Amino acid sequence: MIDFEPTPNDRKILDQVRQEALVARTYARHYDENEHEFPPDELPQAKDFPNVFALFAGRGKDDTGMGLMSMLVSAGQTWGDYSVRMRRGRGGLGNAALRAAGTPEQQKKWSHLTLAMAITEPGCGSDPSMVQTSAVLDPATDEWVLNGEKIFVTTGCRAEGVVVWATLDKSAGRAGIKSFLVEKGTPGFVVAHKEKKLGIRADDTAAYVFRDCRIPRGNLLGGDESIPKQGSGGFRGVMKTFNMTRPAVAAIGLGISQAALDFTREQLEQAGLSLEYGSGLHGLSGAAQKLLRLEALQEAAMLTVLRAAWLSDQGQPNNTESSIAKAKGGAAVREITQGCIEILGPLGVSRDFLLEKWFRDVRITDIYEGTGQIQRLIIARDVLGYSSSELR
Amino acid sequence: MISFGPTEEQEVVREAMREFAAKAIRPIARDCDEKSELPEEYLQASFELGLTATQLPEAYGGGGEPRSPVTNAIVLEELAHGDATLALAAVAPSLFAFAIADLGTEEQKRAHLPAFCGSRPHVASLALVEPDPTFDVSSLRTLAEPKGDGYVLSGSKRLVPLGLRASHFLVLARGINGDAGLGAYIVPRDAQGLRVTGPEKNLGLHALGAASLELERVEVPAEARLGGPGGPGAADVRRLVNASRVALAAVMTGLSRAVFEYAVPYAKDRVAFGEAIARKQAIAFTLADMRIETDAMRWLVWRAAADLEHGRDATRSAQQARGYAAEACMKIADDGVQVLGGHGFIREHPVEMWYRNARTLGVLEGAATL
Repeated sequence: MIDFEPTPNDRKILDQVRQEALVARTYARHYDENEHEFPPDELPQAKDFPNVFALFAGRGKDDTGMGLMSMLVSAGQTWGDYSVRMRRGRGGLGNAALRAAGTPEQQKKWSHLTLAMAITEPGCGSDPSMVQTSAVLDPATDEWVLNGEKIFVTTGCRAEGVVVWATLDKSAGRAGIKSFLVEKGTPGFVVAHKEKKLGIRADDTAAYVFRDCRIPRGNLLGGDESIPKQGSGGFRGVMKTFNMTRPAVAAIGLGISQAALDFTREQLEQAGLSLEYGSGLHGLSGAAQKLLRLEALQEAAMLTVLRAAWLSDQGQPNNTESSIAKAKGGAAVREITQGCIEILGPLGVSRDFLLEKWFRDVRITDIYEGTGQIQRLIIARDVLGYSSSELR
Repeated sequence: MISFGPTEEQEVVREAMREFAAKAIRPIARDCDEKSELPEEYLQASFELGLTATQLPEAYGGGGEPRSPVTNAIVLEELAHGDATLALAAVAPSLFAFAIADLGTEEQKRAHLPAFCGSRPHVASLALVEPDPTFDVSSLRTLAEPKGDGYVLSGSKRLVPLGLRASHFLVLARGINGDAGLGAYIVPRDAQGLRVTGPEKNLGLHALGAASLELERVEVPAEARLGGPGGPGAADVRRLVNASRVALAAVMTGLSRAVFEYAVPYAKDRVAFGEAIARKQAIAFTLADMRIETDAMRWLVWRAAADLEHGRDATRSAQQARGYAAEACMKIADDGVQVLGGHGFIREHPVEMWYRNARTLGVLEGAATL
């Protein structure tokens, strides 16, 4: 049955997430201004909080699906702060890839580590088929030898290992790309530096160098060494990783834009402005109209995220819907935070408040894990029935 | 529980409506628009879908099925995918009938509901919109002044769907003299002082048979007030308005999908500079945005409809659905014309009609209130 109301069990989880978010928010400014510091693995206040994920046990068939709930949890967390979490788990993007594509042995061997994902290179971003990092098999030792540079590796400094995209055969294009598991401390694998960024400063972003880095043959994620001749079957497998991370990235941004909307509404109400729903266009101030418009945009974007997650919960394909969520969310969070600053003026740009930080933090939403343009390419190919070579 | 899953019954209804829209609506839509006429056969055929009667109580001759605003939203999207004007015409009587069923007194239900459950279409219509640049539901200019046991209604209404065929109007008015709330009044078409003119000549929705009402001191008895003397309050009338907003937003979703699904094959066929224009990102991204926004507005509609269905206050969600859909639908219709280029401007294609209809739909309850 179509409905959009969380159950009491859902609410228990979301209420707890809100409590944690309120604590995380008290640290938000500190780790924004001290980019070189890492937030601790556990905040002091966390000792007294129950683990949110423990609350997921004992949920019934009548409760909202897990994938959909995870979107609400993500948004609820970033409502507090983007990257200051109460506790840090094994939640790198590389872990998602491991879960999606790893063999049972690999899952067993690697899942206890936080794994980052290294895709982007100095000369390759949205088009990963241009990956230059190479993996060459040394038959004498049964090892892969990795060479190349990676940038923009999220949580790359803190991660204990990484899933690296590298090509077995540059002439094969996307079909030649495989991903490899590499542990920190492997000779030839160097964390070159930590990036300085516009926003999400508490989240570390690393640059890596691989120089004759040798890893066991069994570290090829999924274990399939063959290069498909036609099409890009292997590559698609890797891209599937993103079917839940794309809506999740949108949810993360939308948690922040929700914080911006709530703050703006609170400030306007304190200033005595009427922001009521149900009163018409002609009875509202320009600022109120703008805020109501942005609140609708927020809801619209969040619903596309929930829809993509719901499809996944049903075991249905959600490739296009994931891109819809990401494209819509990425655009919405920019418009919302920009608009909130416009409404609040000096309060919006003052570093005495967090709105200016939220404005900076959300800007990455429309870029990482596929820009809005890349998402539109994916959607357009689907609605037009075009392959990636027919619509570039 | 948060779920986007229609029931099996809703899936069946959706398929049936999709088929009806493709066979009985889309093929006649252009002709109806050109002639500004709604054929009797269409009224009869749409009446036979049972959109109104099946959801009225058995005691008054109805089907007794529980009313589902969510199902109705799904139905309206499909019908409007055929044509927005004909979709509105099909459901206009139900806005009147459902208001009576929900908020009417026993006498009002007995007097008005059986007529909707016969074998021939029965038309009665909601009169809401007013010809005032500052028109807003929360500050109506049509006034209901208590007089003796009854009321005197004065004011003007516009865009009353099927107004020329309606036997009764449900006139929304603001009370004065100690009764300042919003009220709804059942006014028979032949009431003294009521002048019904039309069809209005409007930008779009040509075939809706929209009428203008002039109410010059129309006297109605106390029993004419929906829910009887004194009731229902503003909150109940608000619910009526919310329901009508959700219905309107569902129509906008259907229209948007129609534009999108028309523009896609056109862009794949149309060749410029040696390849289909759909293979150029400028066009492909426009089509992607149509898909994104049609999805977004549908979920907003469903969410507001679910609020109505479960008796939750839908003021916020209905306003968001209606306001967002109005903007997005206008943009999609606008982009539809642009994708077709010169052909989008020619009446041989439906896109120019959809463009006019999108703009007109957006004012059916006054300016977009977001």
